[in-house]
Amino acid sequence: MNLTLKVWRQDGPNDKGRIETHEARDIPEEASFLEMLDIVNEGIITGGGAPIAFDHDCREGICGTCSLTINGVPHGPDRGVTACQLHMRRFRDGDTIWIEPFRAHAFPVLKDLVVDRSAFDRIIAAGGYVSVRTGAAPDAHAIPVEKENADAAFDAATCIGCGACVAACKNASAMLFVSAKASHLNHLPQGEPEKHRRVLGMVRQMDEEGFGNCTNQYECEAACPKSISVDNIALLNRNYAAATAHEAAVAP
Amino acid sequence: MNVLARTTTSFARSSIGKKIIVALTGIPLLLFLPGHLAGNLLVFVGPDAINEYGLWLHNLGHGAAVWVARAGLLAVFAIHVIVTIQLTRQNKAARPAYAHPGTIQASRSSRIMIWSGLTILAFVIYHILHFTARVGNDFGGAAYKTTVHGEPAHDVYKMMIDGFSWAPASIFYMIALTLLCSHLSHGFASVFQTLGLRSAKTEGLIKFLGWAYALVIWLGFLSIPVAIWIFGYGR
Repeated sequence: MNLTLKVWRQDGPNDKGRIETHEARDIPEEASFLEMLDIVNEGIITGGGAPIAFDHDCREGICGTCSLTINGVPHGPDRGVTACQLHMRRFRDGDTIWIEPFRAHAFPVLKDLVVDRSAFDRIIAAGGYVSVRTGAAPDAHAIPVEKENADAAFDAATCIGCGACVAACKNASAMLFVSAKASHLNHLPQGEPEKHRRVLGMVRQMDEEGFGNCTNQYECEAACPKSISVDNIALLNRNYAAATAHEAAVAP
Repeated sequence: MNVLARTTTSFARSSIGKKIIVALTGIPLLLFLPGHLAGNLLVFVGPDAINEYGLWLHNLGHGAAVWVARAGLLAVFAIHVIVTIQLTRQNKAARPAYAHPGTIQASRSSRIMIWSGLTILAFVIYHILHFTARVGNDFGGAAYKTTVHGEPAHDVYKMMIDGFSWAPASIFYMIALTLLCSHLSHGFASVFQTLGLRSAKTEGLIKFLGWAYALVIWLGFLSIPVAIWIFGYGR
């Protein structure tokens, strides 16, 4: 199949950037979206140009590295998949496809379609962990966990930290990411004791990074390749209020 | 700084804190509207009913109740507006534009909240000048004095009929009320989400209640200018 690509090109963090048009010729429909970009890049390199820079790693939907906004939707038109799991058969011959980086001021563009998502790492460092050693797998079995809590923690833990929630949000809010990471640990007995500190720390860091505010439009949930529920956001809101009260009145 | 001041400041500066403030200030406004609507609909019962209701309201608590309610509502309204403007500015600053933007499931109402909100703000200012402060009209004059059971009272009925007989006012009311309906349909459900009271189980119910509430408010308030201006009720 033949396609027209409108691709964001940006030479470096300080470059203004522009949309460039590339023709993608003879693309097999069983190619993944990233493989399609590989083919286009080979053509660009052969012609002596600079290939389109884009992030990728596992190419099987589990690492959270690919970060393309395809026709305005992070990871493209299909729900519950990453861009690397999207196949060209989803498009039609002759289509024009817009490819842009995950856009947020908190995710500065490094080059072309590659963005710096280290803001997420700093949010995790601000509380998205358990401070003590919790042992290996057999130790986990020693502590009974309610089925509901185990399920909620597992659902939240499927977050791969790709940032599609931020890219899809009209306000570039990181609430789905932060709420999933907090919910994952807060639901488990190993994470529960540090719940208040975790929630306050992560939300403060999120605000400092310059993410926007949630307006309950749920674009994040729709764009999330792991279909993480906005129930986590409701829970984070409630936990934040409780943590604020706890810090004001009880915490040492 | 004491504990309370410190906590309040950091809460009000935070993203979630601001949103909780918006939700909490939205609740009294959501509760006020049905009450206001019920009173207004007395216009369809007749002059005596609505004038008597007006007099009762103004005499409530030796005339203090209405001022307490006004001050409370205005304060809550002002906080709601100021904080949402702050949030919107932060949101605009956080998001560089896409060359080819897309929307997956965000409702249209949710996307125009700031514009429906600012229209409602303009409407509330106009509405207070129109019927409460009665600026630029003679609704406070001698022609609008009447008696209820022998007691002097304001002729609310005549004021409403005359007020809505003027096309520009009625048209502006209808536009503002439609945007209010849109604002409420997203705002109602958002209160539950922001206060952490929504779950996947209750999502459908909350959404339905939000729509039903917005529709009732819209149809109820709209019926008055429609009846008076279009169908000539009371004229």
